[in-house]
Amino acid sequence: MSQQPALSTATPVLQVSGLETHFAARNGIVKPVNGVSFSVSRGKIMGLVGESGSGKSMTGYSIMGLIDAPGKVVGGSILLDGREVRGLDAESLRALRGNRIAMIFQDPMMTLNPVLRIDTQMVEAIQAHEDVGRHAALDRCRAALAQVGIASPDQRLKSYPHQFSGGMRQRVAIAIAILLKPDVIIADEPTTALDVTIQGQILAEMQKLCRESGTALIWITHDLSVIAGLADQVCVMYAGRIVERGSVDDVLDSTAHPYTLGLLNSVPSRNPRGQRLRQIPGMTPSLLNLAPGCPFRERCAHATRECLEDPLLEPVLGHPTDAASAAHQVSCHHPLQTGIST
Amino acid sequence: MSALLEIRGASKRFVKRLDAAAKIGNLFGAGLREEVVHAVDKVSLAIAPGEVVGLVGESGCGKSTLGRMAVGLHSLTEGVRLYKGRDMASLSAQETKAAQLGVQMIFQDPYASLNPRMRVDDIIGEAPVVHGIVPARQKSDYVADLLTQVGLDDGFARRFPHQFSGGQRARIGIARALAVKPEFIVCDEAVAALDVSIQAQVLNLFMDLRERFHLTYLFISHDLGVVRHLADRVVIMYLGRIVEIAPTDAIYADPNHPYTRALLSEVPDLTKRRRAYIPIRGEIPSPLNPPGGCHFHPRCEHAGPRCAVEQPALREVAQGRLAACHLNDGGTG
Repeated sequence: MSQQPALSTATPVLQVSGLETHFAARNGIVKPVNGVSFSVSRGKIMGLVGESGSGKSMTGYSIMGLIDAPGKVVGGSILLDGREVRGLDAESLRALRGNRIAMIFQDPMMTLNPVLRIDTQMVEAIQAHEDVGRHAALDRCRAALAQVGIASPDQRLKSYPHQFSGGMRQRVAIAIAILLKPDVIIADEPTTALDVTIQGQILAEMQKLCRESGTALIWITHDLSVIAGLADQVCVMYAGRIVERGSVDDVLDSTAHPYTLGLLNSVPSRNPRGQRLRQIPGMTPSLLNLAPGCPFRERCAHATRECLEDPLLEPVLGHPTDAASAAHQVSCHHPLQTGIST
Repeated sequence: MSALLEIRGASKRFVKRLDAAAKIGNLFGAGLREEVVHAVDKVSLAIAPGEVVGLVGESGCGKSTLGRMAVGLHSLTEGVRLYKGRDMASLSAQETKAAQLGVQMIFQDPYASLNPRMRVDDIIGEAPVVHGIVPARQKSDYVADLLTQVGLDDGFARRFPHQFSGGQRARIGIARALAVKPEFIVCDEAVAALDVSIQAQVLNLFMDLRERFHLTYLFISHDLGVVRHLADRVVIMYLGRIVEIAPTDAIYADPNHPYTRALLSEVPDLTKRRRAYIPIRGEIPSPLNPPGGCHFHPRCEHAGPRCAVEQPALREVAQGRLAACHLNDGGTG
């Protein structure tokens, strides 16, 4: 816990507070992001964890200004290095995206243009933001490709996306994201489709990148075991809200929210071999016209009448590491006692 | 112990034949050759009744091809496939049909493997009616029963696949495989596309069904955590060959082959925090042009000169454990 004080004094490079994104549907309003707040500091990695439909990707898109009609970011603020970016016009957003804040998507085949060579796509990204010549830009492309572990960058720059394997394509997507040394990178499940060996290589490179260049990284995933090895901080999302957040050690070892514990207990390695896994009963609720109150109450063993009211995200009390307790927060009327996270 | 399903010395080669342009090119001395992919290379594997065998490897190692060969969806380029001790090639048409019904497959992608224009009723009920397992007029009762068995509402029978979530579709795929009363099921990455929480529900279903119907599984996955939980025995494949076979506890406690060791060290683990990832060098080579000797030698830290020229045999290294590495047999020098 020695790093905790340093962490809280560092000014966050990205500060999101009360973010709300709504989609107008025919029979009501869908709220995939419903009052999400978090901050990330330079050189730190934050894991954003949740199931399909929890709003974790929508949070990423909202920060990037990538929400299209019928969706709209209707509330909250997004401070990038102290500057409000929510509500910026398209021109200013374009200057920001790819330059100061970049996103890596799940499917690299959809990120890369299939009919353009890699060098064209990479040089374009640089020249869109900076006034540099083609040769200088190509030098930087080579350096970026080498940084993500692509052998013989010169030859690879001349290739088309279909000539790469899935892992290589994702590396190219990462190389494009780091080209302009952004302050923040949002990575949306970039290794979910890849083998464990390739995933290990990419995680290693991302860790190195954050340490060396001070880029803040938001890693969106449903896999808590990846977060355990990679991140400093975790936010667990459920039905558009953050239900628990804190350092990786706090959230995984002193789990306070029943949903987080349910996710952890679903991981096979946390169960005796060959026996039934402790699954979370039921399914994620529909986000259309979600009733007020704790969205997890239908699936929760601890739910009472109190849970019909919205719980607030509050510091976990009686925490073993008291200095850090302010950083470990949970949104639950009946938080679990610490130390029973088995 | 007689095996329920056995594959002996089986290979699968995919050949890209020369097209007309290439043949004309060759007349003028272009020297083009047919391209051959050794997807599976002389693999032998016997699976006992009631056993769950986990088949693990990276993309492109041939594990899905081997699974399809076990089911009979791919013909064998060489080798034999035995079901209950009898060579499938020697059976009469009638017997072959019965044997084929006993071996079913659950596919990787719950979106692509269900016909979007068929109702669940027909997706699950068509095969048992065609094969005379249930009379046509009892089809809807039979389907309703199967839906309940896999944990779905029996009122879903008239719906189309797009009306279901990923986890529900996976259950429909399972019900379809169960409909013809198989004894042996090949699950090809059946839970890979699912979230952790849904994955837990489907894995529980697999375990329940195994008990209820005395099923035998060949469980293909790249997720070593899932395989560890489910399998009795684990088979590790690399570039078309089996490199290690061992009981699950033994392989996780003490992996023998350097590739197995490297794979296990890559598995994300809840207990390892802010770890330094030390990845395996490089990627799996192209099966069009595999490296000579031991296929793994260009990425192996123990590789010696012998590994580049001589293919290591899959030999017994302990009771019930097989591995293919020169380290077990006089060193790599």
